[in-house]
Amino acid sequence: MGLDTKPLSTLRGKSSYKLEDFPVPTGREEMWRFTPLSRLRGLHDGTATLSGNVVVHVEAAPEVSVETVGRDDARVGKAYTPTDRVSVQAFTSFEKATVITVPKEAVTSKATVINLRGEGNGAAYGHIVIVVEPLAEAVIVLDHQGSAVYADNVEFVVGDGATLKVVSLQDWARDAVHVSQHHAHLGRDATFKSFVVTMGGDLVRLSPSVSYTGRGGDADLSGLYFVDAGQHIEHRLLVDHTVPDCRSNVDYRGALQGDEAHAVWIGDVIIRVEATGTDTYELNRNLILTDGARADSVPNLEILTGEVAGAGHASASGRMDDEHIFYLQARGIPYDEARRLVIRGYFAQLIEKIEVEEIRDRVLAAVEAELAR
Amino acid sequence: MSTLEIRDLHVAVEDKEILRGVNLTVSSGETHALMGPNGSGKSTLAYAIAGHPKYTITSGTVTLDGEDVLSLTVDERARAGLFLAMQYPVEVPGVSVSNFLRSAVTAVRGEAPKLRAFTKELKAGMDALSIDGAFAQRNLNEGFSGGEKKRHEILQLELLKPKIAILDETDSGLDVDALRVVSEGVNRFGASGDTGVLLITHYTRILRYVKPDFVHVFSAGRIVEEGGPELADKLEAEGYEHYTKANA
Ligand SMILES: Nc1ncnc2c1ncn2[C@@H]1O[C@H](COP(=O)(O)OP(=O)(O)OP(=O)(O)O)[C@@H](O)[C@H]1O
Ligand SMILES: [Mg+2]
Repeated sequence: MGLDTKPLSTLRGKSSYKLEDFPVPTGREEMWRFTPLSRLRGLHDGTATLSGNVVVHVEAAPEVSVETVGRDDARVGKAYTPTDRVSVQAFTSFEKATVITVPKEAVTSKATVINLRGEGNGAAYGHIVIVVEPLAEAVIVLDHQGSAVYADNVEFVVGDGATLKVVSLQDWARDAVHVSQHHAHLGRDATFKSFVVTMGGDLVRLSPSVSYTGRGGDADLSGLYFVDAGQHIEHRLLVDHTVPDCRSNVDYRGALQGDEAHAVWIGDVIIRVEATGTDTYELNRNLILTDGARADSVPNLEILTGEVAGAGHASASGRMDDEHIFYLQARGIPYDEARRLVIRGYFAQLIEKIEVEEIRDRVLAAVEAELAR
Repeated sequence: MSTLEIRDLHVAVEDKEILRGVNLTVSSGETHALMGPNGSGKSTLAYAIAGHPKYTITSGTVTLDGEDVLSLTVDERARAGLFLAMQYPVEVPGVSVSNFLRSAVTAVRGEAPKLRAFTKELKAGMDALSIDGAFAQRNLNEGFSGGEKKRHEILQLELLKPKIAILDETDSGLDVDALRVVSEGVNRFGASGDTGVLLITHYTRILRYVKPDFVHVFSAGRIVEEGGPELADKLEAEGYEHYTKANA
């Protein structure tokens, strides 16, 4: 498991399980240039003191098995090899991993909720593996709360014909730091739907990535974030189409308010030579509600084959439309309420996609709480 | 009894003077038609009264029953009893028609209507304007045809029951059937006798359905001629050329 370079694309760097393969980032690297390293509390340079605790508690559907395993478990690191310094730090540092298995053809009767509670500000590392065996269907919720300095890797292995819906809520306390890699590895005709909601934390950097192993793989990655004064919220997506006839759709939307509110969205999609018939679209929108907030949005679509079914991207960051507000106010609706209606409307299409009602309500409530600030 | 009084109103857009001294009084029980060529400033007048931030009042006054309208915010003006049916209603993504209407009705009436009663009222209002019930769940004006947007403006007019309504080219883009349906809505609104209507239009077509008591000819930012319904017929026959030349 040495250094593995992917020469085909400039977008993807090396991957390795060894810490020494990744030098400490300086902030000048393409993949680190938006992240304020000084606020990572040492997660990136080995100086973080391992005194923190993130308690993992799983409320599982009856059909699934939940195991806590050691570093040497064969399933750990099988679907994903770290691609950056913090990810490899987490990979080489965690003590126990949580493995959740959805057996072949099982259709879970309820969502499996993984509660991750941060209990302080020392560093902690984690690892989660979710295996959905062929033709099974499951809903998994990752619910992050509390204070923590936390780096982790989450592997989603979605078997042939299986369906996995994941909701990841970053509902951290205001002082939390979280750097996370979510990797989905899709089998033939597998469906993966991820919905990321990032509201809390001082710095959250979440990197969802997708790889395909058979035709018919379908990944739908949605994200919603609300960035308040001083927060740094970064989402870095990578969808690597290496197999023909797969699909990906990315839709991330955020709202920013307050001084030094900073959102970063990077959307890398690669369609390799052999991935003919790929259908992909990625979208990022940022609604900038006040002065002093900043959104960096960088879509990268690299097409190396001549035959795609569809490939597109769009990115738009801007202010609320005065004409919308005027129209609502002209009907007697006070400014504050008009603003709330417009922001709710902006997120509505996205929130409607959440199929699990309790989670949809929770996300709506989180948006309402942000709007009430 | 209500009166909207516009006195010597001057309005600029981006430092360019558009309205150059408008005088107009609209009282309840009256229907006024304001007619004029493209670009003469009709919409500017409507927006300035509604309080659109792009339009700067450089001098003059606007009062509603003696109260200074220009010192009110946009929403306060609406709650005071002014309504503007827009020439180009904007699409608001993600905000449903029913949610929007309930919010507007709640704001204007000062209390939330009972859900059951409101649903009934909304349905009756939509039926009267031949609007399909499914529109209540659609996003506000999103993907509506020109005619559908105009019907929705009139639906809002009927639900919000303002004192004075300004209808900015509500007739344009309507086919004959829609024009009739929309005109009936305007007439229902006017029928109570305690509301006033200022109808902005290019064409006399709508005036066959909505009978004006007064006709004002607008050109280059001011009213240049006034009269009764017969003035509309004269405009129909002669066009605006004579006014635009006089102003050039
Ligand atoms: N927001 C704006 N920005 C720049 N110019 C404007 C704006 N609104 C109006 N104007 C200008 O003011 C003038 C009057 O426009 P207005 O829309 O009021 O005319 P109108 O009489 O309603 O025309 P129409 O019959 O085409 O609707 C035009 O020259 C127009 O270009
Ligand atoms: Mg106009």
